[in-house]
Amino acid sequence: MTVPVEQQEAIRPGFSPPPLLRRVGGFFLNAYAAFVLLYLFLPVAVIVAFSFNKPIGKFNFVWKGFSFDAWQDPFRYPALVDALEESLKVAAMATLIAVILGSLVAIALVRHRFRGAGGIDLFLVVPLTSPEVVLGASLLTLFLDFGWNLGFRTIVLAHVMFQISFVALTVKARIRGFDWSLEDAAMDLGANPTRTFLRVTLPLIVPGIVAAAMLSFALSLDDFIITLFTAGSTVTYPLYVNNAAKTALPPQINVLATMILVGSLLLIGLSAAWHRWRTRGQVL
Amino acid sequence: MAGTAAAGTRHKLTPYLLSLPALAYLFVFFVRPLWVLLRTSLSTTAGSVFDPTLEFSWEFANYSDAFSTYDQQIIRSFQYALAATLLALVLAYPLAYVLAFKSGKWKNVLLGLVILPFFITFIIRTLAWKTIFADSSIVTDFFEIFGLTTDGRILSTPWAVIGGLTYNFLPFMILPIYVSIEKIDPRLLEASRDLYASGIRTFRKVLLPLSLPGVFAGSLLTFIPAAGDFVNAQYLGGVNQAMVGTVIQSQFLVVKDYPLAAALSAVLMIIILVMVLLYTKVLGTEDLV
Repeated sequence: MTVPVEQQEAIRPGFSPPPLLRRVGGFFLNAYAAFVLLYLFLPVAVIVAFSFNKPIGKFNFVWKGFSFDAWQDPFRYPALVDALEESLKVAAMATLIAVILGSLVAIALVRHRFRGAGGIDLFLVVPLTSPEVVLGASLLTLFLDFGWNLGFRTIVLAHVMFQISFVALTVKARIRGFDWSLEDAAMDLGANPTRTFLRVTLPLIVPGIVAAAMLSFALSLDDFIITLFTAGSTVTYPLYVNNAAKTALPPQINVLATMILVGSLLLIGLSAAWHRWRTRGQVL
Repeated sequence: MAGTAAAGTRHKLTPYLLSLPALAYLFVFFVRPLWVLLRTSLSTTAGSVFDPTLEFSWEFANYSDAFSTYDQQIIRSFQYALAATLLALVLAYPLAYVLAFKSGKWKNVLLGLVILPFFITFIIRTLAWKTIFADSSIVTDFFEIFGLTTDGRILSTPWAVIGGLTYNFLPFMILPIYVSIEKIDPRLLEASRDLYASGIRTFRKVLLPLSLPGVFAGSLLTFIPAAGDFVNAQYLGGVNQAMVGTVIQSQFLVVKDYPLAAALSAVLMIIILVMVLLYTKVLGTEDLV
């Protein structure tokens, strides 16, 4: 079925470059894209593969042989498990606070036109475009100035700071362009403000808030630099790995990383499936 | 009527009341720390060795000390960050184009692959490059064939650090470019071809100008974390690859020379803040997130 292409060529003479060259160009473009994806994927593959390594000595850097040892005993190092638990607690607490504060400001920015909205927008972006090392260092000077002990509390306070902007901007992007006249319609039909909020506003904004919460939870769990400055002697999961890198890196670290990876992918798959199920049959 | 007036005022105040908690929080835990940092950078250490206190004294010498002692690390940070940003741009643009226009039903899966590395902690990802770049690994041997290694090593060279920085922040380049290319109506590109523009000309005159906001946003979002990073230098570099973040980190957490470390942080922050403000002045905040 190459005839139509030939016909197109006939209608538009001089159309360049010739189809063969274009196809070769397209092939190279796709191959290049595949190469970049491979580059992104390579370390992930290495991490998963090395969870099956049987390292000699303390460091899991060189491939020595396939084994299920680490997978059979993933929680062998209590300090690693404690660190992961600490990280999950920090992330849960910080996300809860950040989601409330961030969503409120997002709603204000989308639903209202008011003086200073542009300034608030800019103000929310600045923390995201500040180097983490400066944020961490400045928070450390603040906590020293306050005379506070570093630990769980200061880590949470620091995480909330960078999460607020992410939440506000994510929620804002997700709820922009909604048809808010639905609220007026509900009011016109006799619903009181509370009922309108619960039955109309909330269902509209919840998916955006859930997405923002998942994103900021992941950011908190992953954060190393700001946490390093604000943790004191508390050890979170990334801090544990950083300390371990100096003394011993058992394959259990790779096992837990792989578990988190697979767990997150399952969660995303489930939420996508749920979304598809909820919106089944809808044209939008 | 009084009711409507009251509702009117309430309506006017609502956005401020909704914004207040977040703004107050950011004021206490973002603006104020920067203020304390700035004050620390102009202080001197007083008191005994065991119980040092900071005294504010307009000590601008901290800044000249920071510049004269760590000029190499400052320059190196910006060089590495620039190299990583350019590399990321070259890698990201074609991929973003393919994702936006040519991936069809695979689009969501491929976008998932782009953010896949984020589900593994930054530290572990960087450590994985230590394995990949290890002496006599397949990758190192491959580069050695082309004479691209120093004495058969990649680790502890600038390229290991730049490679790690590029890798870690590449998704921040891909996603904004993807978003801005996806907004382009593909018919514009077809129209350009129909009007006899060559592929290169179409790219230069249509695709690139329309995707420029994404390119700028991506470059900023890659450059900033790269310039402040110390993790890649710590794991993949050697002594001669220390960056400004390395110094800030060790001065704050190990040496505890707070005024000097604060001065260095302030320098980094001011340079980047100027870049960001210039950017938002020209392009606004829309494309950044």
